[in-house]
Amino acid sequence: MASELHAEASPTGSSPWGLALRRLRRNRVALAFGGLFVLIVLFVLAAPLWADHVADTGPNQTHTLEKIEVDGERREVVNVEGKPIGPVWLGGGGKFFLGADGRLGRDEMVRLMYGGRASLFIGFAAALMTTVLATILALLAGYYRGWVDTVISRTLDLIWAFPVLLLGIGLGIALALGGLAIGPVEIPSGSIWITVLIIGGVLVPYMARPLRGQVLSLREKEFVEASVAQGAGPLRVMFGELLPNLSSTIIVFFTLGIANAMLFEAALSFLGVGVQPPDTSWGSMIGDGFNLISSAPLLTILPGTMIFLTVLAVNVFGDGLRDALDPHSKVLLEAHSGMAEPEGTAI
Amino acid sequence: MAAFTLRRLGEMVAVLFAVSVLTFLIFNVIPASDPAQSMAGKSATPQLVASITEEWGFDDPLPQQYLTMMGKIFSGDLISYQGQENVVERIVEGIPATFSLCIGAAVIWMFFGILFGYLSAVRAGGLLDKLLTVLAVAGISIPVIWLASVLLYYLAYKTGLFPAQGYVELSEDPVDWAYHLILPWFTVAVTLVGLYSRVLRSNMLDAMNEDYVRTARAKGLGERQVMTRHVLRNSLIPIVTLFGLDFGALIGGSAILTERLFGLDGVGLYAFESIENLDLPPIMAIVLFGAFFVVLFNALVDIAYAYLDPRVKLGSSAR
Repeated sequence: MASELHAEASPTGSSPWGLALRRLRRNRVALAFGGLFVLIVLFVLAAPLWADHVADTGPNQTHTLEKIEVDGERREVVNVEGKPIGPVWLGGGGKFFLGADGRLGRDEMVRLMYGGRASLFIGFAAALMTTVLATILALLAGYYRGWVDTVISRTLDLIWAFPVLLLGIGLGIALALGGLAIGPVEIPSGSIWITVLIIGGVLVPYMARPLRGQVLSLREKEFVEASVAQGAGPLRVMFGELLPNLSSTIIVFFTLGIANAMLFEAALSFLGVGVQPPDTSWGSMIGDGFNLISSAPLLTILPGTMIFLTVLAVNVFGDGLRDALDPHSKVLLEAHSGMAEPEGTAI
Repeated sequence: MAAFTLRRLGEMVAVLFAVSVLTFLIFNVIPASDPAQSMAGKSATPQLVASITEEWGFDDPLPQQYLTMMGKIFSGDLISYQGQENVVERIVEGIPATFSLCIGAAVIWMFFGILFGYLSAVRAGGLLDKLLTVLAVAGISIPVIWLASVLLYYLAYKTGLFPAQGYVELSEDPVDWAYHLILPWFTVAVTLVGLYSRVLRSNMLDAMNEDYVRTARAKGLGERQVMTRHVLRNSLIPIVTLFGLDFGALIGGSAILTERLFGLDGVGLYAFESIENLDLPPIMAIVLFGAFFVVLFNALVDIAYAYLDPRVKLGSSAR
């Protein structure tokens, strides 16, 4: 009812979401990069198709001692000195399109496609986890204030005080070795869910802090008071009144959170404490290829470029999304900001 | 002011204590990391393992073990499980490389961050602004590993313009020191330049609409003076904040990747090696070392903030 009245009153006849969509549609750059992101997703989704029908191998299948025919010439996949074959493009009939990945002679193209699945999945799942946790914590802290806020804020401060990469690595080592068992939930060591949990958990304070600030200021607004006066309980106020007002910020944070989580995953996996074999991700591919950087630089640069393009696409699209949803907002969550909120400031 | 500073310092100690307990717990609940077993080697007799356990006190209750370890950290005679070397000495040895990396990178990223942010705010909407914005977003999105690999391959391995690995002491040869650090500095700085220039740009654009800027113009100040003396100055406060936090985080462990990629023998590389070996004593010491810098710079930022911006309310009323 309220929205109908609003629709009649406004000359354009659009809801805020409609307006945002229209603004986004006018932002060609953001849309182009959104398109790039979709292409990357399609690329990694096509992994089994390419593996089964073109390259005819799997991501972990080794071809060390094999020879392949490239443009009518027989070449070793891995030569005597252990140097893998470089990109042969379509010369091998689709096999070893980007060459092999090292001593084991696995198909780099196939691994790049499968590795992207893990990277994107972790980025997406970890960002989702961070966003949900951060939102709930921010709502609780901002709504109840008092000791609830103190407990939540101090806990977040504690995680914050850890050097974030060291914490990630430490948890990575601890959980990758022992696995995780909380009550009925048991995650075996080496599962990529462990990486998701670590990244999703470690990044919570960076999102929860700015959100908490927003909840605290929204909490003082009249509509909250009105809702309480009408008899709304805590849940109703938090999720019915406060949450919708946070939604545009949350959407933007989630988008930019994907970029952050993917960069984090790359760092952890490169150092060997993220995705564990036989799974592979772009980060762990860089780690595998790094030793060969002087002779086969593509093994490092290619997966790195994929991460770069994906993160760039997500960041530019997220930026456009922020402009569209809330042109006046100054929310910023890139790499490590959101930190720009020292304790002395009155929020 | 003094009371505020004291209160922040007190909080610092509390947080560091909590961080140390948490780190200790994280590494003590790992089932596969019986330190006595790993010290004794693969073909150790149970007796040897038992005697090591006895000697190092791995059987003591956890709180006792924690206290022993913390005592050793502060008296400086903590010994690592692997190789049994003095941990505090190793960290001190790594400090020059880590600080050289972080301080040099900080100079670069602050200089270019402020320069680019200023230029794009002054020319907002223009071609230069658009170009710098594109560069900034690209910079923010660059994975450190990718940038380092590209630089390493094209500038070090392929063309030999720069050395690929290693650290040279400043006192040994200042030129060689800088020469070895140029690529790592650049690697660390690039992502932050993008972030800082964008934050500064948006702060300056906001500040331009403030009354005091109108007043400055009204009293006849030139455009450049308005921009530098009034707009830029006020917009730098959040940059100082951000700088303190990022610099603390960088020393506190974000430099691990860069140190590993460029083979710089700093605290970060030591951290990585210790983590690989599940060597608890150095990990504890390094996490505390890192957390100390994170927390220290957090506190410094708060204090600097209160000093730079008198509008900030001090004390618990701030909440």
